Amino acid sequence: MIRAMIVINNQGKPRLSKFYNYTPVEQQQQLIRSIYSVLCLQPENVSNFLEGSSILGPDSRLVYKLFATLYFVFVFDSSENELAMFDLIQVYVETLEKCFSNVCELDIVLNYSKMHTILDEMILGGQVVETNSEKVMQAVEEISKLEKVTAATKLISKSASLLWG
Amino acid sequence: MNPFSSETRLRDMIRAIRACKTAAEERAVVRKECASIRAAVSDNDNGYRHRNLAKLMFIHMLGYPTHFGQMECLKLIAAPGFPEKRIGYLGLMLLLDERQEVLMLVTNSLKQDLNHTNQYIVGLALCALGNISSAEMARDLAPEVERLLQFRDPNVRKKAALCSIRIIKKVPDLAENFVNPVASLLKEKHHGVLLTAIQLCADLCTVSEEALEYFRKKCTEGLVKVLKDAVNSPYAPEYDISGIADPFLQIRLLRILRILGHGDADASDLMNDVLAQVATKTESNKNAGNAILYECVETIMSIEDSGGLRVLAINILGRFLSNRDNNIRYVALNMLMKAISVDGQAVQRHRATILECVKDPDASIRKRALELVYLLVNETNVKPLTKELIDYLEVSDQDFKEDLTARICSIVEKLSPEKIWYIDQMLKVLCEAGNYVKDEVWHGLIVVITNSTNLHGYTVRSLYKAIQTSGDQEAVVRVAVWCIGEYGDLLVNNIGMLDLEEPITVTENDAVDVIEAAIKRHTSDLTTRAMCLIALLKLSSRFPSCSQRIKDIVNQSKGSLLLELQQRSIEFDSIIEKHHNLRSALVERMPVLDEATYSGRRAGSLPAVVSTSQGNPLQIPNGVPKTMDAPLLDLLDLSADEPAPQNSSGPNFLQDLLGGDVLSSASQSGTTQPQKGGTDVLLDLLSTGSPPAQNGSSTADILSISQDNNNNKTSVDALNSLSSPMVTSVQSTPASSIMDLLDGFGPSPTVPKDNGPAYPPLVAFESSSLSLIFNFSKQPGSPQITQIKATFTNKSSDIYTDFIFQAAVPKFLQLHLEPASSNTLPGSGNGSITQKLRVTNNQHGKKSLVMRIRISYKLNNKDMLEEGQISNFPRDL
Repeated sequence: MIRAMIVINNQGKPRLSKFYNYTPVEQQQQLIRSIYSVLCLQPENVSNFLEGSSILGPDSRLVYKLFATLYFVFVFDSSENELAMFDLIQVYVETLEKCFSNVCELDIVLNYSKMHTILDEMILGGQVVETNSEKVMQAVEEISKLEKVTAATKLISKSASLLWG
Repeated sequence: MNPFSSETRLRDMIRAIRACKTAAEERAVVRKECASIRAAVSDNDNGYRHRNLAKLMFIHMLGYPTHFGQMECLKLIAAPGFPEKRIGYLGLMLLLDERQEVLMLVTNSLKQDLNHTNQYIVGLALCALGNISSAEMARDLAPEVERLLQFRDPNVRKKAALCSIRIIKKVPDLAENFVNPVASLLKEKHHGVLLTAIQLCADLCTVSEEALEYFRKKCTEGLVKVLKDAVNSPYAPEYDISGIADPFLQIRLLRILRILGHGDADASDLMNDVLAQVATKTESNKNAGNAILYECVETIMSIEDSGGLRVLAINILGRFLSNRDNNIRYVALNMLMKAISVDGQAVQRHRATILECVKDPDASIRKRALELVYLLVNETNVKPLTKELIDYLEVSDQDFKEDLTARICSIVEKLSPEKIWYIDQMLKVLCEAGNYVKDEVWHGLIVVITNSTNLHGYTVRSLYKAIQTSGDQEAVVRVAVWCIGEYGDLLVNNIGMLDLEEPITVTENDAVDVIEAAIKRHTSDLTTRAMCLIALLKLSSRFPSCSQRIKDIVNQSKGSLLLELQQRSIEFDSIIEKHHNLRSALVERMPVLDEATYSGRRAGSLPAVVSTSQGNPLQIPNGVPKTMDAPLLDLLDLSADEPAPQNSSGPNFLQDLLGGDVLSSASQSGTTQPQKGGTDVLLDLLSTGSPPAQNGSSTADILSISQDNNNNKTSVDALNSLSSPMVTSVQSTPASSIMDLLDGFGPSPTVPKDNGPAYPPLVAFESSSLSLIFNFSKQPGSPQITQIKATFTNKSSDIYTDFIFQAAVPKFLQLHLEPASSNTLPGSGNGSITQKLRVTNNQHGKKSLVMRIRISYKLNNKDMLEEGQISNFPRDL
């Protein structure tokens, strides 16, 4: 299964992190730091896989890909195919691209919860749910629509109450 | 309403945090935000609840504590609106975990949402459940999830399938409920449903043997057909990844086939054809295609043998190895590593390509390839492979040399056909990378050299030549110095010439030159210089004509700031000067070192080898406190009646080589301090009884000693058991304590093996009138379980009636109380009550026992109660 999905920027700041096995906050931070410390030392043109046993515990592997300023990292165990995980990063980023068109780090920081929505549509409980970015987008758009409708009604009632108050 | 609460929007907070220039600023901003969120929480402010939670999730990601938001999640989930629920579930997954009791409160909301009419809300609930469900929740909600496996919307079905995986992982008993629904899901056409159903099927097979049998019988054929369709399907644009049709589904299919085919010939037969199709038809110019091929290879390797397919598979890996993409080469090496146990011969065919990968610019590929080469070496190919590796050593990266030399040395040691070849190869390695080898490598070489009597002359001449060209490699210098000291006469007189050698002329002065250069070399460390001094002493007897010159060189070290060298040179000087009669006997050739003992010791003291860098006493000048572990242990060795030089382990080996001289001096060099230091070390060892790693080499040495005594399991425990009485003696009389310890250590092997370790009794409770003593015992083989015999004694003159003893322990312990021997306790110590307790420590080795007790009794018909807590149990119970 997939153990974690982490996005870190090239200064080591976490931009998205999701652990599919329970990990206490301190340990999450520790892991993110140690992953970053390994990643930032990786030279260019080397394979995107790392043996993770030393930092992530037994039977864990790590695949990463650097897009502009962001490292996208998947941590997973031996039941997953490394090359497929590498493609999954690609699918995730493609979806982000469709969602934000010309995605940059700022989009990701500000739309933090949307990132999670997309991730939840793709991976559930450490397993891949959907690999078609069109379908993921459909679901995400439906969800934002639902949110907006309710938010709009709320806004009206709120401004009304402001008027009254 | 708090005027400060929630006034900033999420974006504003993120901007504010991003604008922070220092960590302290960031902390301040976060603190302020957290304070206002807390205020809002305590005001029960509904309007901004979900914005607050969104902020909290961001703060959580940055690593700040957010536990105070947990209840907010539950409130939001219980709210009717979609945005609240959504953010609530998101928070639930991030901020809470399955171990928290708060989680139980959410079960009801989850149940309602799983039955909601809005499929997106159902989706949210399924997602949350699949990510964080605890065993209790899994049990409670399994029927809902099972029902949702048949939901009309496929998006819900696929999520329900993955949610089921979490459920059966948490509660494997529930697996059988899911077998039938999954079988029908496997027949579906919808991509997502099929993908997740296969995943669920795979997990069912791993938790339940029956499910595996069922799916093997009923579904293998169907799955093979699905895969066949996927391979042969026309281009389906919606699931392709760079031109390959639906790789994720194919990979999942291959994986389930692997599980079904493993260990079952019939099922394997069914899938042979389709596997061959996948292996031949999949395009390998894209990552996605290679992912499928890779999975296919793994499946072929795991299912029952079909020779043709395996060849096909290994050939695919061979193709991968020459791929330009690093990732592909990396996974190919990984897979070959697995394949080697299945079909070593086939992997051998790709040896040349693998060897090329050892030279890859990518470090992780190099590392993998080297491990693989190591597995591939056998008697027939050891010579050419070693040559290749040594040639490569010359041009390899600095930081790769250590790994590479370690592997080469290990290969040479393991498979060398003859000693002369071994020595030659080792010399080549040392000449190339003598600064990168570990100490045990050259220790091992010296052992081999002493054992090959007919090669002494050849070796010392080769080393003489080697040090001329590679004098900058520390290990070469050390071995050469040692050999010249031992076999200097053979060097000068060309004794023991082999046919293949060309004669060289070396004068006695030339030989001394080498040693002099080595001792004066500014990069030489203490070990090398100490070795040089001893070599000089030996040569002074072997080359009488150079005696005066040697004496001069030795004298130069008299002023050394390193106490070790200074003292040694003074001693040696006086040997050379005054004790001619003694000298030749004193500096005779070392006896042949026993190879078996050395390798056995190396195997036995692996931790010591790891800690060589800090543990080696010779690295520390002046022989003060830390160095004491070695001599002291040597004393211990003596007490164990073993010949001392053969009994110390890894790091001390050097001292054996030096003939024990350095060793004895170290114990003389500081007269008062070392003893103190020594007892400290022992005190640590004995009183804490902590795991060996903490004590570094010294504990490991004790371990190796205990192995020598064939009592490896018990003697460490025995040491611990001796601790408490001895610690007191150590403290009171430090001077004699070492002797005490030795006395204590000597008989320790006689502690009977089968009774398990003994523990001192513990006074668990004591008042003016009542005392409670615990005696401990353990069954061998179950270290977690401690039997405690509690003995109650009444010191007052009155009789206690209705005597009841109760005890409570924390969760990691389990306590079983047996009935007491009586409920009446006679006075004045005229008898006692005994009661047996059995404690099982689930965290044995990590946590020690702790217990709360309550004793109630009647004194002259008046109720009395005593309570207490016991936390001073022996640590390793």
